[in-house]
Amino acid sequence: MSNAVATPPVDAGAGRTVPAERTGRTTLSMNQAINAALHDALAENPRTLVLGEDVGRLGGVFRVTDGLQAKFGADRVFDTPLAESGILGMSAGLAMAGYHPIPEVQFDGFTYPAINQLVTQIARMNFRTRGALPMPITLRMPSFGGIQSPELHSESLEWLFAHVAGLKVVSPSSPHQAYHLLRHAAQRPDPVVYMEPKSRYWQKGRVDFDEPGNLEGAHVARAGRHLTLVAWGAMVSRCLQAAEAAAEDGLDVEVLDLRWLSPIDADALAASISKTRRAVVVHEAPKTAGLGAEVSQLITERCFGTLKAPVERVTGFDVPFPSGSLENEYIPNIDRILYGIQRVLEYRRG
Amino acid sequence: MNTLSYGRAALPDAELVRLFSQMTQVRHLDTSAIAWQRQGILPGYAPMRGQEAAQVGSVAALDMSRDFVFPTYREMGAALAAGVDMGEYMATHKATWNGGMYDARETRVTPIQTVIGGSALHAVGWAHGQRLDAAAAGADEPLDLPVALVYLGDGASSQGDIHEAMNFAGVFETPTVFFVQNNGWAISVPTERQVAGGSVAARGAGYGIASIHVDGNDVEAVVQATRAAVAHARSGAGPAVVEAMTYRRGPHSTSDDPGRYRSLAEERRDGGVDPMDALRDRLLEAGALTAEDVAAIQSEAEAFEERVRADVQAQGPRPGAEMFEYVYQEMPAPLREQAAAWREESDHV
Repeated sequence: MSNAVATPPVDAGAGRTVPAERTGRTTLSMNQAINAALHDALAENPRTLVLGEDVGRLGGVFRVTDGLQAKFGADRVFDTPLAESGILGMSAGLAMAGYHPIPEVQFDGFTYPAINQLVTQIARMNFRTRGALPMPITLRMPSFGGIQSPELHSESLEWLFAHVAGLKVVSPSSPHQAYHLLRHAAQRPDPVVYMEPKSRYWQKGRVDFDEPGNLEGAHVARAGRHLTLVAWGAMVSRCLQAAEAAAEDGLDVEVLDLRWLSPIDADALAASISKTRRAVVVHEAPKTAGLGAEVSQLITERCFGTLKAPVERVTGFDVPFPSGSLENEYIPNIDRILYGIQRVLEYRRG
Repeated sequence: MNTLSYGRAALPDAELVRLFSQMTQVRHLDTSAIAWQRQGILPGYAPMRGQEAAQVGSVAALDMSRDFVFPTYREMGAALAAGVDMGEYMATHKATWNGGMYDARETRVTPIQTVIGGSALHAVGWAHGQRLDAAAAGADEPLDLPVALVYLGDGASSQGDIHEAMNFAGVFETPTVFFVQNNGWAISVPTERQVAGGSVAARGAGYGIASIHVDGNDVEAVVQATRAAVAHARSGAGPAVVEAMTYRRGPHSTSDDPGRYRSLAEERRDGGVDPMDALRDRLLEAGALTAEDVAAIQSEAEAFEERVRADVQAQGPRPGAEMFEYVYQEMPAPLREQAAAWREESDHV
């Protein structure tokens, strides 16, 4: 039997008609919200494809693509051989043929074998061809730590992707953000790396289908007056918890969910920090040359005159992402975030 | 080895004369480009002397109204045969624009690829897209698919991406033709230190891919073999590998020095008959060409080279704004700010 021949969808033709728009509000876990966004992206655009390892019959190792192959058929949602470079290189070719591929890299650390196709091909093809062959590719990957995974199943690669010209990078922090940011990313004509905080897949939250809100730039997850915590992905909820703890001491902490790691919303940073005059950046990636440094510099450029203290970083360490038994030491925890807040508050000029 | 057989029906003399004219243009332009580099017109160039028959012959087997070509950086002959403007092609070597200035969508030739083996997966993805298009249109078997032809060399066959591309092509049965120019050398490393087992075509068997081994210096054989591979892929029967045995008669690039790794005597012995000489002598003997015709074809090639040289020399630097403009389809705000700052800080607008 030929692999190339399509398995007909269970409800044939479903993939070609746009279903009734989702409306209203509902409660979904993040993996359900991403699944809904993929479903709607496939329904909206017949040129959208989902591909990757185990995304078809299995529905993905995190069940994010559950049911999509049955609904849209094996031509539009398909399993690939186990080769990440192949997945991304094939996606580049499909984009050249006028498709909008949504490849999945099964775990963030598996991007390393595909870096060549991502950096030298996908990111540069629009530039190389002077816009003749754009790369509308939405690259999904379960990202960051917090699930006691085997080695290289937990990384924090935004520092790497954000430094590559030609890529855009986004990470949602809630089911609502996850749904709308993925729909938005899947309509872009440029390659977008969509980093899914895997430790948050099962957290439920309200999704409002009618009110996506602004999908560009950062999002104020919690308004506050005394200090801004800047975070993204799984660290947003941790910062919200830290803000609650700080509130018990009478501190009113703002949490700015950066969402887009490339481009970074410098205006939102300036708006927040010119109000609070203090900032702590929190991320899981190693400290040195992490995005915390970039965020800190953007704040310094715009808010130097009003800053009460140097921007503080609470991050992973300059070590390989360790195994699960050390995750709580490595990934910024609430205590470390609170210490960071304290250092900023206690800072006194020379 | 799953060998694909191919018909040896002779090509009409008129077709061979057309191919000879193209090959003559390619040979003269290639030779001239090396001279341009010595004269300071080009910063560098990757010669393809000796591979004219393989490149011109393989493109002759395609339908450029619907097929797509995925070259490396040593496919000037293929690009010329596919109809790419040679001034726009040479723009990559002129350091005007990486990848060349030609429109990849219009010409159906992807930009010049410097990553060894980098294009093979694109040819698989593009070809899979043709299958999906046919399936969505409800096309009947045997299919009549547009075909992706990707060039690679003996050196590229060492790259992991070539393995992934051939495996994906085999699994998805994509209409992809892997056209291997085994030119004996990957810069300074000979094929026997590059290709375990000695044959890239033989590897096709491991992927269930039909393969053809062909004398890459015989343009007629290259056309026949590539036509068979293309027909196989077009019908929906899956990918094919054509391994054209040829010889890189020149250096790897204008900064290479082959004297450090091979002697002139070895070049004479291993290079065999020059494909240009072989075809010319054959056409003369058959009476398809006269000595005057050959001279006229050569003069046309020289006139063509002069036009291309004028185009290349006329190329100035691109407007600096283009380095910002083409990074994204939707330029992000920070890049727009950098472009504005650059404009303010520089005299170039």
